Amino acid sequence: MGLLEAIFLSVIAASTPLLLAAAGELVAERSGVLNLGVEGMMIMGAACGFAGAYLTGSTLIGALFGIAAGAALSLVFAALTLGMAVNQVAAGLALTILGVGLSGLIGAGFVGEKIVPAPALYIPFLTGIPIVGRILFGQDGFVYFSVALVAGIWWFLYRTRAGLILRAVGDSHTSAHALGYPVLKIRLFAVLFGGGCAGLGGAFLPLAYTPFFIPGMTAGRGWIALALVVFSSWRPLRLVGGAYLFGAVTILQLHAQAFGLGIPSQLMSAMPYLATVIVLVLISRARGTAGSAAPASLGMVFVPDR
Amino acid sequence: MRKIMMTAAVAALAIAATSYSASAAEKLKVGFIYLGPVGDLGWTYRHEVGRQEMVKELGDKVETTFLENVSEGPDSERSIEQLARSGHTLIFTTSFGYMDPTLKVAKKYPKIQFEHATGFKSAPNMGTYSGKFYEGRYIQGVIAGKMSKKGVLGYIASFPIPEVISGINATILGAQTVNPDIKVKVIWVNTWFDPGKEADAAKALADQGADVIMQHTDSPAPMQVAAQRGILAFGQDSDMIKFGPKTQLTSIIDNWGPYYTRQAKAALAGTWKAEDTWDGLKEKMVVMAPYTNMPDDVKALAAKTEAAIIAGTLHPFKCPVIGQDGKPVECKGANLEPGQILGMNFYVKGVDDKIPGK
Repeated sequence: MGLLEAIFLSVIAASTPLLLAAAGELVAERSGVLNLGVEGMMIMGAACGFAGAYLTGSTLIGALFGIAAGAALSLVFAALTLGMAVNQVAAGLALTILGVGLSGLIGAGFVGEKIVPAPALYIPFLTGIPIVGRILFGQDGFVYFSVALVAGIWWFLYRTRAGLILRAVGDSHTSAHALGYPVLKIRLFAVLFGGGCAGLGGAFLPLAYTPFFIPGMTAGRGWIALALVVFSSWRPLRLVGGAYLFGAVTILQLHAQAFGLGIPSQLMSAMPYLATVIVLVLISRARGTAGSAAPASLGMVFVPDR
Repeated sequence: MRKIMMTAAVAALAIAATSYSASAAEKLKVGFIYLGPVGDLGWTYRHEVGRQEMVKELGDKVETTFLENVSEGPDSERSIEQLARSGHTLIFTTSFGYMDPTLKVAKKYPKIQFEHATGFKSAPNMGTYSGKFYEGRYIQGVIAGKMSKKGVLGYIASFPIPEVISGINATILGAQTVNPDIKVKVIWVNTWFDPGKEADAAKALADQGADVIMQHTDSPAPMQVAAQRGILAFGQDSDMIKFGPKTQLTSIIDNWGPYYTRQAKAALAGTWKAEDTWDGLKEKMVVMAPYTNMPDDVKALAAKTEAAIIAGTLHPFKCPVIGQDGKPVECKGANLEPGQILGMNFYVKGVDDKIPGK
């Protein structure tokens, strides 16, 4: 295995949890709900995903546990923000704190245990292609799924009627409501979807990336996923590019250090956030021309008149 | 005696509102501030083990409380004060970043006894304690120098503080005694704990030819990566053999239990004094995990090195110490002064890296 190939493999592995969590959050935000609890849902997915895989010996069941845990926690968020019209920012932050605490409690009994990591799934013929074969088709199931997921989200948002309605709800909930669409119900599904994706992204960590569970092992990836949604200006295809770019920055700075290139590591660690700030500035400078799809009602509370 | 009375009075006041019996008030209440979760398997976990050992030793003479996941910096002041106000008369703050907050709270509560780990500031009621981890690093360096086939070590570093830098230096000095041409590649991950990033750093080092991985971060992720790659590694803070039965050479184990027991006993007897404690292999504050996955001659060499450090015949920073620039570092005695080690901010010759921010 050449160094370049090894670097690409690491980049894809580092990007996958970000891509999974960010893809779900993108759908939630396109429906107009800002859920800042991604970190909490991810760590819950990590704890429950590990528990599921450890108890059953199956990575797939572990992944399903992770999805269920993330979705269950997002249901709490939905009940607060959609059901009781609580401020979304406050509820999202609270959700992270809850998730971090609860996952520590659930995972406490599993600390120090090991599982077999998700195997790489080789695709006959394709994996054998020189150079790119291993990189593109020598990955585990999570990686293939993450790419398929984003493609599916793109198709849903831009090619289906349901996707159009979801975007309409995110852009103007009053108009959508006036047209007779069930705004809160649509948002509930979007939030649950976001929670499930975040849970799966979290579950990727103990199931495939570092096969053990330790409290707090998401280590801020939920926040990077949130930044990534903004970075992609709420567009699914840009999200893929952004996720791999963020992953590449992380991995390349490690390699740059090992090569002794003398690039300040602190600066490189801050790059994803710096890039997000720059994108935000660009979006607001070139409103309308930068192709931002920022939902107009993002983060706003909606109370239907009865 | 007066101190005990005070302690009892403070404790009694603090728990007056609860339903404890009068005898409970005689107990020494000991508080701990932890950086990570107790289940981190590394730094915080070892402090927690130390606390449990103390409780086991002293039984119902003590009552302990710990607060985990307390962020370093100004925010920790509230947590420390919370312990001080709730009747704890002996408080251990277990990370470097709690230094200034501990000092502030210590000045506010002169009757309460504080102990801060790995720092350099103290007060009449605030002592400091730390382990001479560099002693263990030196032994690891000797082992790594023998075991590395390619002569390239991979070092995952957290933050450029003296403890980490002295660890890197001790490692290479130890390795140079058996392989003068040994190289060490250093990656700074700017975190104490991020399993994913630690694993990525280990992969990067392995991809670039390092065949022995060492870490100054807290999770067993690098050990697992080394195991997957079929190379060797050292554990950190605790015995990580479970994560690499065929990978771990040894591990530096932080052994705080005896110290916590000793200090709590002193507080109970009213003889506690603020001191600067800096113990190593000799005092068993630093303990080496069993030497595994190496041939017998390397094992014997490691044991010999350990014995020499304990006996005081070998000092990892024995003068002359040559700096990265090739010039000898200023020496007053036979070895570097404790202050030079505790405040180390330079690399020795042979480290192929630049200290971040320098």
